[in-house]
Amino acid sequence: MKTMRNFLDSLMKIMALVRKELLTILKDPSGRALLIGPALIQALLYGYGATYDLTNVPYAVHDQSRGAASTELLARLDGTGVFHRVATLTSSDQIAGMIDSGDALLVIGIPSDFETLRVSGQQAPLQVILDGRNSSTAGLASAYVSSIVAAYNQSLGGAPSVTIVRRAWFNANLESRWNIMPGLIAALSMLQTLMLAALSVAREREQGTFDQLLVTPLTPLQILIGKALPSILVGLIQSTIIFLIILFWFQIPMNGSVWLLYLGLLTFTVTSVGIGLSISAVALNMQQAMLYTFMLIMPLILLSGLLTPVRNMPEILQVATYANPLRFGIDTVRRVYLEGAGFSDVAYNFIPLVIVGAITLPLAAWLFRNRLA
Amino acid sequence: MNDAAATVVAQGLRKTFVGPDGNRFAAIDDVSLTVRAGELTALVGPDGAGKTTLIRMMAGLLKPDAGSLQVLGIDLTRDPQAVQDRISYMPQRFGLYEDLSVQENLTLYADLHGVPQAERRERFARMLEMTDLARFTERPAGKLSGGMKQKLGLACTLVRSPDLLILDEPSVGVDPLSRRDLWKIVQQLVHEEKLSVIVSTAYMDEAERCGQVFVFNRGRMLADGAPAKLRAWAHGVTFTARPPEAMPARELQARLIDRPELIIDAVPSGGSVRFIRRAGEDEKQLNEMLHDAPFAPRPEELEDAFMMLLRQAEDKDTKAAAKPAYEAPRVAAVSSNGANCQPVIVVRDLVRKFGDFMAVASTSFEVARGEIFGLLGPNGAGKTTTFRMLCGLLPATSGHLEVAGRNLRTARAEARGRIGYVSQKFALYGNLSVRENLEFFGGAYGLRGKALKARVAASLEQFDLEPSAQSGILPAGYKQRLAMATGLLHEPDILFLDEPTSGIDPLARRAFWRTITALAKSGVTIIVTTHFMEEAEYCDRIAIQDAGKVLALGTPHQVREQAGAASVMDMNSAFIAIVEQSRAQRETKGGAA
Repeated sequence: MKTMRNFLDSLMKIMALVRKELLTILKDPSGRALLIGPALIQALLYGYGATYDLTNVPYAVHDQSRGAASTELLARLDGTGVFHRVATLTSSDQIAGMIDSGDALLVIGIPSDFETLRVSGQQAPLQVILDGRNSSTAGLASAYVSSIVAAYNQSLGGAPSVTIVRRAWFNANLESRWNIMPGLIAALSMLQTLMLAALSVAREREQGTFDQLLVTPLTPLQILIGKALPSILVGLIQSTIIFLIILFWFQIPMNGSVWLLYLGLLTFTVTSVGIGLSISAVALNMQQAMLYTFMLIMPLILLSGLLTPVRNMPEILQVATYANPLRFGIDTVRRVYLEGAGFSDVAYNFIPLVIVGAITLPLAAWLFRNRLA
Repeated sequence: MNDAAATVVAQGLRKTFVGPDGNRFAAIDDVSLTVRAGELTALVGPDGAGKTTLIRMMAGLLKPDAGSLQVLGIDLTRDPQAVQDRISYMPQRFGLYEDLSVQENLTLYADLHGVPQAERRERFARMLEMTDLARFTERPAGKLSGGMKQKLGLACTLVRSPDLLILDEPSVGVDPLSRRDLWKIVQQLVHEEKLSVIVSTAYMDEAERCGQVFVFNRGRMLADGAPAKLRAWAHGVTFTARPPEAMPARELQARLIDRPELIIDAVPSGGSVRFIRRAGEDEKQLNEMLHDAPFAPRPEELEDAFMMLLRQAEDKDTKAAAKPAYEAPRVAAVSSNGANCQPVIVVRDLVRKFGDFMAVASTSFEVARGEIFGLLGPNGAGKTTTFRMLCGLLPATSGHLEVAGRNLRTARAEARGRIGYVSQKFALYGNLSVRENLEFFGGAYGLRGKALKARVAASLEQFDLEPSAQSGILPAGYKQRLAMATGLLHEPDILFLDEPTSGIDPLARRAFWRTITALAKSGVTIIVTTHFMEEAEYCDRIAIQDAGKVLALGTPHQVREQAGAASVMDMNSAFIAIVEQSRAQRETKGGAA
């Protein structure tokens, strides 16, 4: 009975703190705007802006053969809708200029004996000069050219004995947007929750209200919960906004369970808030809290696998990613969203998340009182 | 121009600002004055009177909205640079470079002002000698004490010889010893170099040393003249009353201040109460009120005249002056278990170290229920550290600490539930309303439902607060009321007040102490830190700390006696004497070892 009353008492105190935290966020006009604005805008920006898909390749041709074979090959290129011819060169001197100025991503050189070699059934070389300053686009473009040439070869008969038939699972057209966007549900909301949590205690320290809070009978644990809950709530709201944009605006189909998705997001957000509150408890003022957060966000995103696969990183960095909750948050969301993974498939992601949370949250609570002023 | 002996001539000067509530207010309103050259001139007035605004206009940093302002015969609106080339101005917070040494700061300011190399050596030597900083030339400015920083600021301001020196509240936040040193320097400059100095201050004893005094309140000039002339205002109405045996002076003071129709002002001092009566009021009533307290006339002081001026202005502003600034609280908190002798705070061998630095060294004292206990000391003496340990904000390194019968090491949250805390700076949530702040802190102290509603309603009424007002834009006085209301919401046994009266005007200070007196009477124990030495007179007992050690502990009377002189000596001098005695002792000990 007594423990029950104590528990209720504790709960009411925490609720008073939660209510105060939410009021301070909602009463501030800029705070209200920050709740929805950045998530909405960034989701749209990433959706349209962050894509590796090649949809427009400006190219130039230096055709010395001017035969039927070269004309047909070029027609195939132009027919893709991806390749746009920006210039037809008359001399090889002009090639360097086209690439240097960036007017063309690649230049196709067709030698004068292309037609004769083709007709005589010999191997006919085709020169492709690429702008390597952007290696990934150049690579993609050259792959496109190869596949077009391969198709052209095939149409000439002499079908190769083995044909590769590709079926990309979970992302039939291999659109990079499908890869990136679900990851954003975790990544973008993390930016916001981290910042919100990092500022929450630092702001109070700066304005002197934290002392007033510390002299109340609230225990560090109660303050921790009272501070964490509003940030977690805001984080989940932001995740939901991004989730809805991806599902209904960009229409990327969701294959998994919404419940599992939210369980993953909740665990992930709690961990992010733990990191944010630890930063906040260490920082003396808001400026420091902001600085620490920005210093942390870059490596967190780079080592998360959001844009580049973790398994491509050097071994030592791969080890470092184990401390990065974003890596596991993104992995969980992607797998649940795209492949419809069940709990047992993603359970391994929860372990590092819980560990990081179990370190940062008590650390923050301890720092509330023991940070030397 | 025709008045060659005037440094500043202002005519109908006016400057308005937009307040935090979005409305325009006049910081300086229709002020005309003439400051004579070659002497020390004081601008006095409570905080927010417009002193800083006026000074910033004189220094050419603010443009007046209306009126004319001439400094050293030059029209400021036309040629501020010409004026700035000839004056030296020290703002309240002087821009010292904390990472540079004392010498580097001096050199930097000499460079900035283009002081010729040839003059520097002599000037630097003189400044360092005057400020007694010669020993510390290599020390980074950030590592100097508050008083030394202020002296270095003055030295940097004076690296060149100006025609006019303007100082904006140089003694704010400076302990009594450094304050005294600072004034010695300024007076020396006036006497030896015939320098014209304008200084703003909230201390009347400082204004008393000036040749000319201008009194400001809420942007208007209330009076001007030599201290003697102003003092004459209060002639014949100043008295001292001696309280009956066993009555603290503050209770007699409360009785007097509660009768504003008879009494203009009353303050406890040296075990008695100094008061100013309203001239021409009925002698009989006064005798009746003071039937048990013999009173006698005393010589008038500048402070008396100042308080009369302020009260007069206040009476004019609020027609119904009879109402005290806030009602004496009806605190029914005391769960009187009769154990009056039981101390509510027990401190034994309390120690706090920061690394190697001993902030508080083995301190012991007890505080009884209903006592007002004052912690006094220069900046950095350890009083804030002690205070923060007492209210549970800072863990102690070692020692025993008991608050309201609970050990602060083992039952922290429980002990905290029995104390209230009012910080120096307004520390409530500025963008929440008054009611939201009260409700939150009530909830944090475990109040809920009907009990919470009732306490919030009672506090709102008691402190006369508007529940829907946004806390952050309340006027300073109301902010403090809200802070007090919050600290008392859960009816604590002990109330901790950290420099509660810094930054509020003398009348509000009187009203504030009136509340404290009433609280103590109802059984609440008060722990207070203050840098206004005269406020120690309200305390039952005080502790004076320096360099982490308690130098004196006892009633104000005992402390004055320990200081060595007769009991008529004021608290300020007693404080200086005690700190100096101990510092001298430490030095001789250090020399012997």
